[in-house]
Order: sequence, then C-alpha cells, then structure tokens
Amino acid sequence: METSFVLISYALTFGGIGVLAFGLMRRARQLAQRTTPEDRPWT
Amino acid sequence: MTGSTSTRFTRVLGAATLLGTLWLFLFGLFLSPDDIIQRRGVRIMYVHVPSVWLAYLAFVVTGIASVAYLWNKTRSLVWDRIAGASAEIGILFMAVTLVTGSLWGRLSWGKYWVWDARLTSTALMFVTYVGYLAVRNLGGTHQQRAKRSALVAIFAVIEIPLVHFSVERWNTLHQEESVAKGKLQDMMLFSLFSGIVTFTLLYVWLLIHRQRVLAMQDALDDRELDRALIERRAEADAAAQPATTSAGV
Repeated sequence: METSFVLISYALTFGGIGVLAFGLMRRARQLAQRTTPEDRPWT
Repeated sequence: MTGSTSTRFTRVLGAATLLGTLWLFLFGLFLSPDDIIQRRGVRIMYVHVPSVWLAYLAFVVTGIASVAYLWNKTRSLVWDRIAGASAEIGILFMAVTLVTGSLWGRLSWGKYWVWDARLTSTALMFVTYVGYLAVRNLGGTHQQRAKRSALVAIFAVIEIPLVHFSVERWNTLHQEESVAKGKLQDMMLFSLFSGIVTFTLLYVWLLIHRQRVLAMQDALDDRELDRALIERRAEADAAAQPATTSAGV
C-alpha cells in the first residue's frame, strides 16, 4: 500500500506538471501563428 | 521542448529542470532511506513539501507583482501578467499539495481528509486563488482586469502566514516543521532540498512561458478589438450614406 501511494503521488505530481507544460507549449504555438513578431519582443 | 515562447535561456532552464526531475526521482524513490515510523510513505514528502513551497512562492510573487502594478504610475500590464501567470502555477501546485497530502494522510493517520486547521486553511487558500482567476476573467479592458485582480491578490496573500503557522497556533493532526527542528537525516534532507531546487527551477520556467502566452493573448485581443471598431465604424458610415443622399434629394 505504501509503495503504491508513493508511486501515485509521483505520477499525479509529474503528470499534472507534464499536462500543464504540454498545454502551455501548444497554446504558445497557436498564438504565435496569429500574432506578429512585434508582439513577441523576446524572439 | 521548444515553442514560440522559448529563448536560449528558457531552453537551458528547461534542460536543468528535467535533469533536476530525474535527480529527484533517483533520490526520492531509491536512494533516500525509509523512515523508522512512516517507512516508505515518507517518500511522498519529497514532492509534497516542494509543492507547497512552490505554491507559497507563486502566491507571494502574485502579491508582489500586484503591488508593483498598482504602485507604478505607468500601470504596466507586465506586472499584471506576471501576477496572473504566477497564480495559475500556484493553484496547480496547491492542488498537488492537497492530493499528495491526502495520500500521505491516509498512510499516516488512516484518513484521507480531516477538518483540522492546516488542511482546512490550505483548502480555503486554494479556493481563494481559484476565485482570483475567476475575477481575472470577468471581462472588461486589460487595465480593469489588472486593477480588480491586483486588489484581490493583495488580500489573498494574507492567507499564507495563516496557513503556514496554523500548526503552531492550533492543535492539529498535521505534523509541525521537520526541517527547521532538525528532525530529518542527512540523506532525507538532501532529497528534500533537491525537490525544492527542482521545483523552483520549474516555477521560473513555467512563469516565463505562461507570462509570454498571456502577452500574446493580450496583443491579439487588442488587435481584434481594433478590427471590430473599424468594422463598426464602416457599418455606421455605410448606414448613414443613403440617409444623407435621400435627404439631399
């Protein structure tokens, strides 16, 4: 039980982070196609 | 992972975060020793404590950025976007804290949830920041959004000391601080420190990307608003034209 709870904790933590990071990158690419380079001063 | 919000710095930061994550897996799951009382369950600490640290950090940054927005006469929306991005990240990690804490609680206390001071105040803080995001999305101009959400963020940040010191002020089931009181062995302390460093790097990486996504979103909103205004004016001009012509006849 302890091992499974530990593994679930790590899976949920890094799974959540992964989903957020992936969604963020996808959204960034979508928006970049619709904006001009002036709207992206970091590039 | 590359994207349109990436720069050389964020790519290096992302690589360092990935390495840190692998390091955390290695120490958290394999190399750190079991606890005498909690046995293997103590390993949840290496993600639970860094998560709550990151949520606190994110909410403090939200508060500071909100003050900076209101303080500066320029009313720069960069501060507002940093505040919003940081709050979103904080909410994710507060959710992780609640879930991992609940699992750890089941192993330690035999229950997933108890309505004690620490758990209840943490849940309240989570709900407060979800409310903060709802306030951000109420509509209006970007400046209106920034002003009202900055005020909410300044009030919300007061909850952090309430949550943090709840274990000392009230009788709770939640354990007191272990790090400051020297209750952890060297390897456990090192694993925990690895988690905190990794999560902090991750926070900076997420904050930079999310803030840039919000900047592009704001720019797009402005452009669409300008386009809609031009269309409305053109429609109004077209509607006024026949009336003028007929009046002339």
